[in-house]
Amino acid sequence: MTMKRLINLKRVEARRIFTTYALVTAAFVILQIMSSTKILSSSMRGMLVPICAYMVMAVSLNLVVGVLGELSLGHAGFMSIGAFSGVAAAFLLQNILPFAPLRLALAMIVAAAFAALAGFLIGIPVLRLKGDYLAIVTLAFGEIIKSLLNNFYLGVDSGGLHFSMLADNTRLLAGGKLIIRGPMGISGIQKISTFPMGFALTIIALAVVFNLVNSRAGRAFMAIRDDRIAAESIGIDITRYKMMAFVTSAALAGAAGCLFAMNYSTIVANKFDFNTSILVLVFVVLGGQGNMLGSIIAAAALTILPEKLRQFADYRMLLYAVLLIAAMLGANNSTVRRFFDRFNPFSQRPEEEEGD
Amino acid sequence: MTLLNFFISGISLGSIYAIIALGYTMVYGIAKMLNFAHGDVIMVGAYVCFYAVSRYDLPPVAGVALAMFVCTLLGIIVEKLAYKPLRQAPSLAVLITAIGVSYFLQNTALLLWSSNPKVFPSVVGRGAIKLFDGQLSLSHVTVVTIVTCVVIMICLTWFTGNTRMGKAMRACSEDKGAAQLMGINVNATISMTFAIGSGLAAVAGVLLCSAYPTLMPTTGSLPGIKAFTAAVFGGIGSIPGALLGGLLLGVIEIFAKAYISSQLSDAVVFAVLIVVLLVKPAGLLGVQMPEKV
Repeated sequence: MTMKRLINLKRVEARRIFTTYALVTAAFVILQIMSSTKILSSSMRGMLVPICAYMVMAVSLNLVVGVLGELSLGHAGFMSIGAFSGVAAAFLLQNILPFAPLRLALAMIVAAAFAALAGFLIGIPVLRLKGDYLAIVTLAFGEIIKSLLNNFYLGVDSGGLHFSMLADNTRLLAGGKLIIRGPMGISGIQKISTFPMGFALTIIALAVVFNLVNSRAGRAFMAIRDDRIAAESIGIDITRYKMMAFVTSAALAGAAGCLFAMNYSTIVANKFDFNTSILVLVFVVLGGQGNMLGSIIAAAALTILPEKLRQFADYRMLLYAVLLIAAMLGANNSTVRRFFDRFNPFSQRPEEEEGD
Repeated sequence: MTLLNFFISGISLGSIYAIIALGYTMVYGIAKMLNFAHGDVIMVGAYVCFYAVSRYDLPPVAGVALAMFVCTLLGIIVEKLAYKPLRQAPSLAVLITAIGVSYFLQNTALLLWSSNPKVFPSVVGRGAIKLFDGQLSLSHVTVVTIVTCVVIMICLTWFTGNTRMGKAMRACSEDKGAAQLMGINVNATISMTFAIGSGLAAVAGVLLCSAYPTLMPTTGSLPGIKAFTAAVFGGIGSIPGALLGGLLLGVIEIFAKAYISSQLSDAVVFAVLIVVLLVKPAGLLGVQMPEKV
């Protein structure tokens, strides 16, 4: 984003975007120094890449939930498609591209493309519905993707790629290798995801979303969110813009899935279930709908939180649940809200409201 | 005969879904919220009944009654503590709170009762009725499940149609503001709805675990999601819709398991849901509300 674009934006918005980039970069630099000088514990270091992946997931879901105003409960499905297609692509490229970061980048592009395609195909039926019905259909698609990938077999041999459903009927030639093994998922993944690559993906996701939101399309999204009928009456093509947001969101989620999967040696389809979708939704709602910085902070905080609560052992997830409920009750309590608004540099000035 | 056998087990599974779906649909109709913690109330009900029957040797009927009592109380407490403060909040905030409650119940169950699966003793015995020279076998659980579902449906239809509280519920689900102006205590009505829904969830939990006797803290999640699907299937907010949606879902699931693939049965169920919603966007028996401009 050029300086000129930044100036043209509303000043508050520009400051918000600048703060987001600055904070993410600062956090990256500090964590990178801490992890190279071994100040960071090894368990924390292992969480850096998943945190980046969840940040991208949260930012991409926020585009649909916060900016477009449609509830999606199947976001993990796109993550799953990205994870499986990306890992398979990286495996196929293993001998062609020895340079790991480039291979990961290409795998992420493949992952994003597959997830975007899935987003488009799913979007056709889904976007005809609205409200809670749209939400339940995204949930249904998330579950369908999980079931299908759980029964998907993909192998490669000298004759090319072979795939089959339900059981392994790929009939690979000698020397061939089965990449995706149904419910066993993919194992023996080369762990080429790194924190700098995760940071790069986060910045790319932010840039894509910020540029989209502050464009003609973004204003159309918000118009649709605020009043669908009014938006339609002034000639906004609702289906087209909804599809645009949905596909962009799916593509980013796919790339995030690829980043996430390449951080582990084994990945199974059951990892990306309804609970994962919900987890990402929690990041978005807790961080504030439409607020990308909020999503990023919530994703990081809520991924680290269970780890930090480990000292409470068995009570860990119970405490997490209580904190989640307390946060939602607090965020919607006017007294608590007014108290925190005093410290928020981006909130509307309360004097103006009182002056009305 | 196998076809009929599959059909009956489908109806039996569907009856359980229908009872769970009732809880979703009633709460949605009145509070306009997706209560994702409902599935975990089922699990709590099943655990209470399990301990009452197998540890304290209570008769099964007392176990079920105790489970219903505990779940009803639980429903009211959860509503008062977690959902009531959010009456004016955006629906997503309520949804996330419901998910928080769901985590809370699951993890409390994990602490209290551990993650080891318990083998649920059937509250109705394991016997079966043989018909047509043993070609058709109806287990007692199946019969009891279907009968319970029918009885609950008749009672609820009578309750919402004829009693003061039932009429208040229908009024609230149509227009809360107008209902309040007519002197209906909206808060009490919502509490009552949660109480009934949670009580039914306890019954569903006992029936579910009698048919599929593995009890774990996560037992309620998947049936919960499926029952929610059933509620949407039939038209969320509609009581006959919940019955129809639940039964159809159960039958489709059993047939998909038998004739397509047991691994893909969930995918088939959800695919059918998507097709139905595309043809009838408000569900089978749902009423499409015209939008006001």
